[in-house]
Amino acid sequence: MTLAATPHHVGSRIAKLYRIAGPFSLILLGLVLIAIFAPLIAPNDPNSQNLMGRLKAPGTEARGTLYLLGSDELGRDLLSRIIYGARVSLSVALLSVVLSGVVGTTLGMAAGYLRGWTETVIMRLVDIFLSIPAILLAIITVAVLGPGFVNVILVLALTRWPRYARVAYGQTLSVAGMPYVRLARAMGASWPRVLLRHILPNIIAAMAVIATLEFGLMVLFEAGLSFLGLGVQPPTPSWGATLSVGRNYVTSAWWIATFPGVCLFLLVLSVNLIGDRLSEYLNPKTR
Amino acid sequence: MQLFIVKRIGQALIALFGVMTLVFFIQRLTGDPTYLLVPENATQADIEAMRRTLGLDQPLLVQYGRFLWDMTHFDLGRSFVQNVKVTTIIASRLPYTLQLAGGALIVALVIGLPVGLILALGRRFAVTRVLMGLVLAAQSMPTFWSGIMMIMVFGVWLGWLPPSGAGSLQHLIMPSIALGLLSMATYARIARSAVLDELSKDYIRSARARGVGTGRLVTHHLLRNSVIPVISVTALEISQLLAGAVIVETVFAWPGLGQLTVEAIVSRDFVVVQGVVLLGAFVTIAVNFAADVLYTVVDPRIRLGGSRP
Repeated sequence: MTLAATPHHVGSRIAKLYRIAGPFSLILLGLVLIAIFAPLIAPNDPNSQNLMGRLKAPGTEARGTLYLLGSDELGRDLLSRIIYGARVSLSVALLSVVLSGVVGTTLGMAAGYLRGWTETVIMRLVDIFLSIPAILLAIITVAVLGPGFVNVILVLALTRWPRYARVAYGQTLSVAGMPYVRLARAMGASWPRVLLRHILPNIIAAMAVIATLEFGLMVLFEAGLSFLGLGVQPPTPSWGATLSVGRNYVTSAWWIATFPGVCLFLLVLSVNLIGDRLSEYLNPKTR
Repeated sequence: MQLFIVKRIGQALIALFGVMTLVFFIQRLTGDPTYLLVPENATQADIEAMRRTLGLDQPLLVQYGRFLWDMTHFDLGRSFVQNVKVTTIIASRLPYTLQLAGGALIVALVIGLPVGLILALGRRFAVTRVLMGLVLAAQSMPTFWSGIMMIMVFGVWLGWLPPSGAGSLQHLIMPSIALGLLSMATYARIARSAVLDELSKDYIRSARARGVGTGRLVTHHLLRNSVIPVISVTALEISQLLAGAVIVETVFAWPGLGQLTVEAIVSRDFVVVQGVVLLGAFVTIAVNFAADVLYTVVDPRIRLGGSRP
């Protein structure tokens, strides 16, 4: 998978990626760019309060600040908070997907290839984790560890690795019996080498589909935990936390709950659609 | 058949034991759980007394044994904040959550299954693509956002439904829809793929060749054979709905287990949180077990094979 250096090849590669991912990938791309360049894009400091400008409607001005999407209960610019909130949503989701994906895939492959007691221990553990509803497991663990950026990522990884493990395990079982794997083993390849060089490349596509779908779920989980006050702590802007403020002002300030929700919805929708297209593209039955 | 059920009960018990162990050790992640169990303003003497009454001054293995022993007696401990048995507190809130989850399941089934059928049978029409788009949208909708939007539109602006609280059937409508939307999308997709799967099979073609009408084909042939995936999804969805209720109840001030959990976290009443988590796991395991047994009743092929399709 080397990227060709000529512009033509890069262009055709991007075109191919776009064909697989579909038009909704542009929304995701847009949100990622917004998150990366938040300090350049945001019109105001997301945390600067202005008590004269509390709960201003979208498009109004107070003390020289234009509130394009309105202001919140502390007079902070909602648009700027949403822009910075994209950073929290995307980074928590990305890091927890990477962490749970790496841990889950490794354990699943080990269980499927090594068999024996390794398999028994890992897969029973997977069963146990999967019998606790994920959001409840996340809530109880955050309640113990305490909220915060790092803890939320750890907790999400802890609750979600079994899903990757189960898929990786099934995939590994079906690949491990292949002649080339048996051959590699007969030629004296160590098990980490077999897993990394021969099995991982064959199951990575399936894992990518799971990871994409999980990404959308992680965005929702982070927002849900923040909504309950268990996520990233104030004053760090988070869409979920802003929504829970908006819940208290449904009668007087509709914009506080509406706009972060729209962003959340668009992000999850675009990720889910990309995941759907990816799984359709990779599934030999439908291709 | 009997052997299968006995084996399955064994598996369920092992999972239950594993869950209790996991919850026990998660509590110990930060070392001494006394601080989780006492209210924020507790004095040092309170903490010491608590540690003794809970037996936390004893070795970890002894504590673990006692914890398991209490569990076998359905003793979930006492809430330190309310000084009431956790089982009593849960029992008083459970009916509300069951109502909500039931309402959501009805929303999901009544809308989801017909939509799935339409998606499969009408896949050649342009309208179907719009419907599919709506299903995907419902799948990506955070429950707490759709809930707030409904409160705003139907509760505040139009004044058609009570914006929050419980007590009447009207109160149940919006929370049920908010919670049920995601499951609705799942049902629609599962029903769609199950029906598409069956449609491609030979018996459908031969039934058509025999002159069986579309209506009869659907009711007598398709639905009966598409039911297995629906059963297994229902098992998953029931536990999803109970867990999802935690957030939806907060949005609508619905006095069920979810609101209880959030209140308990705020007041650091950790025994209650633990009770709710254990109950959620218990329900998940029980429902999955019930689904596995139900398969064998519905599909004789599984009864003979002794394993899932």
